[in-house]
Amino acid sequence: MKLKQILHSPLRRGDFYTGIVCLAPSFLIIAVFVVFPIFFSLFLSFHEWAILTPEKPFVGFANFQRMFTNPEFWVSLRNTFVYTAGVVPFGAAASLGLALLLDRAVVGSGFFRTAFFLPVITSIIAIAVVWLWVYDDNNGLINVTLRALGLRPVRWLTSTRMALLSIIIMTVWKNAGYHMVIFLAGLQGIPESLHEAAIIDGASPVQRFRHITWPLLVPTTVFVLITNTIFTFQVFGPIYVMTGGGPVRSTSVIVYYLYQRAFEFQEMGYASAVAWIIFLILIAMTVFQLRVSRRREQIW
Amino acid sequence: MKPLKSFLLYLSLSALVVVFVAPFLWMILASLKNTPQIFAFPPRIFPNPVIWRNYLRAWKVIPLARFYLNSILVSGTVAFSQVVTSAMAAYVFARLYFPAKNLLFVVYLGVMMIPIQVTVIPLFIIVRQLGLIDSYGALILPFLAYPFGAFLLRQFFLTIPREIEDAAIADGCPRLRILVQIIAPLSRAALVTLGMLAFMFTWNSFFWPLLVTNTAEHFTIQVGLAMLRTQLVSAGGVDWSLLMAATVISVLPVLVFYVFTQKQIIRGITLTGLKM
Repeated sequence: MKLKQILHSPLRRGDFYTGIVCLAPSFLIIAVFVVFPIFFSLFLSFHEWAILTPEKPFVGFANFQRMFTNPEFWVSLRNTFVYTAGVVPFGAAASLGLALLLDRAVVGSGFFRTAFFLPVITSIIAIAVVWLWVYDDNNGLINVTLRALGLRPVRWLTSTRMALLSIIIMTVWKNAGYHMVIFLAGLQGIPESLHEAAIIDGASPVQRFRHITWPLLVPTTVFVLITNTIFTFQVFGPIYVMTGGGPVRSTSVIVYYLYQRAFEFQEMGYASAVAWIIFLILIAMTVFQLRVSRRREQIW
Repeated sequence: MKPLKSFLLYLSLSALVVVFVAPFLWMILASLKNTPQIFAFPPRIFPNPVIWRNYLRAWKVIPLARFYLNSILVSGTVAFSQVVTSAMAAYVFARLYFPAKNLLFVVYLGVMMIPIQVTVIPLFIIVRQLGLIDSYGALILPFLAYPFGAFLLRQFFLTIPREIEDAAIADGCPRLRILVQIIAPLSRAALVTLGMLAFMFTWNSFFWPLLVTNTAEHFTIQVGLAMLRTQLVSAGGVDWSLLMAATVISVLPVLVFYVFTQKQIIRGITLTGLKM
């Protein structure tokens, strides 16, 4: 509709002015604190700037060049992919498992759900602090248990081989209950009559899962995988609290690398280049996953 | 279900409960030990004697009350503001005649996809230019509006029949009054859900508060806890009982709150799939 037409009708003119008043606060905040920063960070990524000095010399692609030849950047990127590749599928599998168990339990399902949900409701920072103690080499819960069972204790957070895996395990544990709730909602959306019909036809529980539950859960699974990938890729809190990226950068992830470059070394231009690479990766992953999910839905 | 099957089902569920609850118990047990008990070898599971004093010590040594107050103040303000700004924006997108409003809505939602890590450097510079580092303003101002809320509420407003508003419009009632007196009361459940999610999201945020606060005066509970851990490490040898007592104090009210509001929280999650 043309602006002129709108302003001609008194009712629509009223709507137009009300609309401006109603949108102004949101748009102002978003413009100043999200839209402008995006462009500013693109500008910064082509400049060199230690925040304390006023000079911001233009350096072209130098920041990107430095980044692509920097081993620490690649290690951090690799760790982030490993972390995401560990957390997302195993997390989804764990959550689906919990949901399937709870979906069958009749008595006390509320109690079980609450128990599985405790880590979700607790902040990641508190969880990370608790797990520092759970993973303690000598008197942590896990090593105490392992020793009691006559097994060799593991250096969970202090060995370069185990540290990232330890954080993956903790993350799966923390979020399992969250996606469980989403899967439960998905399971409840599956009509009971389908299962009843399959039982009459003599289908085994495994067959029913394979041919009824699983296909009908695909949209839920896709949703969980997409949202969790994007969220997981941005991990920062547990790394900051538990390992500080160590030992020997074995748990340094990309956002932690950005944090160190920007706020410990004051390399605002370089860190902005890193931020843009993160952004591009996230966009690429979203587009890729949306495409894959569309294709899968067509198959079923 | 056959008895054996149901026995196995409940057995595995109980084993899983142990897995999910044990770290919390380990935290509570440590908070009730003293240092010799913590480092005893072979380790002892239960504290003997029970050291309740750790809690007093944590409460006295660490300004936990202050962190709490900061978190409540910041999360409360952000949640309230997001509900108001989102309701206003959502009403425009759902109901009003506004030029190119569908295009605006799509662009607005696109903004939601931008993660804070990407904008954080310029955001930090802006907040620093405004002289807001280490203030409530830095924690609150950038989050007074967020597209997700407008998206959620627009969906809800669209389910409200237009006829309800028609009489009021015919009587010449201004749109803003319709929003406040008709639409808002009808959407109470959605507004409460949004407020709760925004509160929890802000409560749990860490990256941004870590960057813009420098002193205990403005630390949120998350930053305070992380800083406590850093300080204890640099003091040489972690005082685990103190750290665990402080962590118990920091999570307990949240868990109690959860027990009373589980239904709404879970409904909010299944409704939106918002990540905490």
